[in-house]
Amino acid sequence: MTIDRVLLYDLFAEYGALIDAARYDEWLALFGEECRYRIVPRENFDRGLPAALMFCDSRAVLEDRIRALREANKYNIHTDRHVIGLPRLIDDGLAEAPFAVYQTDQEGETRLFATGLYRDRLEAVGPNLKFRDKLILLDTFAIPSLLATPL
Amino acid sequence: MVTATIWPALDYSRVPYRLYHDAELYQREQERIFGGPVWSFLGLAAEIPNPGDFRASYVGETPVIFNRDQSGTVRAFVNRCAHRGALVRRELSGNAANHICIYHQWCYGLDGRLTAIPFRRGIRGKGGLDPSFDMGAHGLRPLRVGELDGLLFGTLAEDAEPLEDYLGPPVLEQLRRLFDRPVKVLGYNRQRIRGNWKLYAENTRDNYHASLLHEFLVTFGLDRSTQVGGVRMDARHRHNITWADADSDSDELAQAAYAGAGVRSNFLSLQEPALVTFRPERADRLNIAITSVFPSAVFVQISNSLAVRQIRPRGVDEVEVFQTMLGYADDTPEMTLHRLRQANLVGPAGLVSMEDGEAIELVHRTSKPDPDRSTVIELGGAGVISDRDYRVTDVPLRGFWSYYAELLGIEPDGAVR
Repeated sequence: MTIDRVLLYDLFAEYGALIDAARYDEWLALFGEECRYRIVPRENFDRGLPAALMFCDSRAVLEDRIRALREANKYNIHTDRHVIGLPRLIDDGLAEAPFAVYQTDQEGETRLFATGLYRDRLEAVGPNLKFRDKLILLDTFAIPSLLATPL
Repeated sequence: MVTATIWPALDYSRVPYRLYHDAELYQREQERIFGGPVWSFLGLAAEIPNPGDFRASYVGETPVIFNRDQSGTVRAFVNRCAHRGALVRRELSGNAANHICIYHQWCYGLDGRLTAIPFRRGIRGKGGLDPSFDMGAHGLRPLRVGELDGLLFGTLAEDAEPLEDYLGPPVLEQLRRLFDRPVKVLGYNRQRIRGNWKLYAENTRDNYHASLLHEFLVTFGLDRSTQVGGVRMDARHRHNITWADADSDSDELAQAAYAGAGVRSNFLSLQEPALVTFRPERADRLNIAITSVFPSAVFVQISNSLAVRQIRPRGVDEVEVFQTMLGYADDTPEMTLHRLRQANLVGPAGLVSMEDGEAIELVHRTSKPDPDRSTVIELGGAGVISDRDYRVTDVPLRGFWSYYAELLGIEPDGAVR
């Protein structure tokens, strides 16, 4: 699979923008039918330990997490802002991009919430590029307050 | 200064907000609680299987290291150089033959003894330490270490009672149940909550909030207050076990109870039921067993997710919750996957725990400006502190405060224990 860089950049730009706009259904549509989504603290990754903060080993689990976010979970009222660096192609189908996520509360106070690295397996679905396996290596693994909305 | 007159009620059903915000009291807690006759959870024997293995931990705000020495004995020390007070071991984990401070390279053995000092005799007979300097008196400050089924505890107090006496029969029974087989570490997670550490210690003893704050529990059918369950404490009421039996209520009972309480009761189902499916691992039916050990350890079984939490105070206004996710060493790969999936339930992003971070911050922020007002702790009744065989209760919080007051030397005359 040869990755089209314009499609790649569009995918990452959409990814952050859709979370920040809380448009989670459209965000879910960026993932393939068979997909994984994991947020792994860097201290675990570096030690070869598998535990994740969010461990979605199928699309069903990822959709359950989004449903729980909407239907059940209560969390700090905030808006997210993703700042995603240019994705870099590692090899065919594997891309990396650094990211920072800022959170702003209702009174306008902003804090750096998380920084880390996306390491993503991609797949072509028709004319589109989608995430097949999104691994989020979290540098900021001392989570400020709590982690509810996706990174 | 906070004294025994602070308490509005002798049964600890009122806790003045000042106790979460007073900087002087916070310092006294470090000395009298964490430096006092308690046993603090340090880590797991499974984390240091080989001689030379070490890990960093904390007792209160005091950094400690625990390691396995060449004879296989587990030892723990305050991680502070006897010379100038620098942190000796900077890495969080590893394997080494000794611990060397980077500042002036004072060197300590795995038994904590000071073994070498550079230029001890000076250079060309000049400088260095006086020959009378006693190396033996300048080791790393040792902790007494106690081990229970692979769980490592430490205490800084000479006069702490034996570990098993400190834990008491109900906690011993629960820990021996949960750690009846060797464990393996699946990973760690950390959370920084902008709230006083005692708000978290209370939260883990608060059965009442669980199914109300953590709506996922009821919405997706994992745990409901209508199940058979309750709270069980040690004789001194400083520790607590919150427990519940799986499948011990009916949907009809739960629906009626939650609708009557004005809480949503339209149960939903998940696309991936394994997230909440409980696979019994023992003869009992416990699917919730949360054991809080005073002051700062929580041993957690929620369904098939297993974890140990360490409450690490980070100043009067912040607490770190450090959680070690566990499985059993003999888990099949499929069972490990089940536990990794159910790890979605707990931790800073936990489907049934993320709300605690928000609730604690709300209390901490809002209580600060009015230190003389108090929280109300009366669910399950005020007065005597005792076990309950029902779940709508926060009595164990009063047990926590009772022992807290004793250690801080602020227990009023006639107080309940």
